[in-house]
Amino acid sequence: MPTGDTAATSRMLKLAAIGTAGGIFSGLLGVGGGSVIVPLLIVWLGYGAREATGTSMMAIVVIAAVAVTLQAFYGNVDPPNAALVGIPAIGGAIAGTALQQRIPERSIALLFAGLLVVIAAKLIIS
Amino acid sequence: MSSIAAAIMGFAGGMVGGLLGVGGGVLFVPALAIFMGETQVRAEATSLLAIVPVAMVAVWRQLDYGNVRVRDGLVIGALSPIGVAIGVVTSNAIPQRALELTFAGLALLIAAQLVIRALRESKTPTPDYSD
Repeated sequence: MPTGDTAATSRMLKLAAIGTAGGIFSGLLGVGGGSVIVPLLIVWLGYGAREATGTSMMAIVVIAAVAVTLQAFYGNVDPPNAALVGIPAIGGAIAGTALQQRIPERSIALLFAGLLVVIAAKLIIS
Repeated sequence: MSSIAAAIMGFAGGMVGGLLGVGGGVLFVPALAIFMGETQVRAEATSLLAIVPVAMVAVWRQLDYGNVRVRDGLVIGALSPIGVAIGVVTSNAIPQRALELTFAGLALLIAAQLVIRALRESKTPTPDYSD
């Protein structure tokens, strides 16, 4: 069905644009890709807030793995300190995802808006 | 003492990340820079290493909760490095301050859009015009 194909193509183009946009802002400003990916999935592709955050995490695994590999070549990575923040963070992520299932999607979107305001403030102050 | 503070900020970063679908670098980077004395570049690179396992665990939990569209996530992730390359090249051509202010403006616009959507969805079927 032609309309189905067109819709699928347009969807794929939007995903590609979201990926590229997330990458551009990471490369430009060191802002995490997730802060771009989550709202674009919600506003542009009509994702629910929970699905947007889960899918963004999937993308972040790939993005962070590629980026850290490149940084390792420059000798910028400090594994003991990564473990120091990362191991407690694993516990935090389990708690955060569990908490997310218990609050309304609207609240998740509003919290995310708050995070964007914090990021904007940091960029303006810096 | 500062290690404990960094670990607590790590936990908080993981929590924010899991809750909002971001890596957690927004807290990992300052934790490493302020409490562990890393330079900005090293703090960002080290934060990325911490993000990989944290994001993997978050994906595992979200898969169980049924909130991951795996293929979409992989497409976005696979294309991001192209964007990163464009971003790095651009950031060397345009004044950093202009970029920061542009992105701050965009972030505020998107935040406003999220708030408007959330409020629209929460509207009751019978609109209240009393305000």
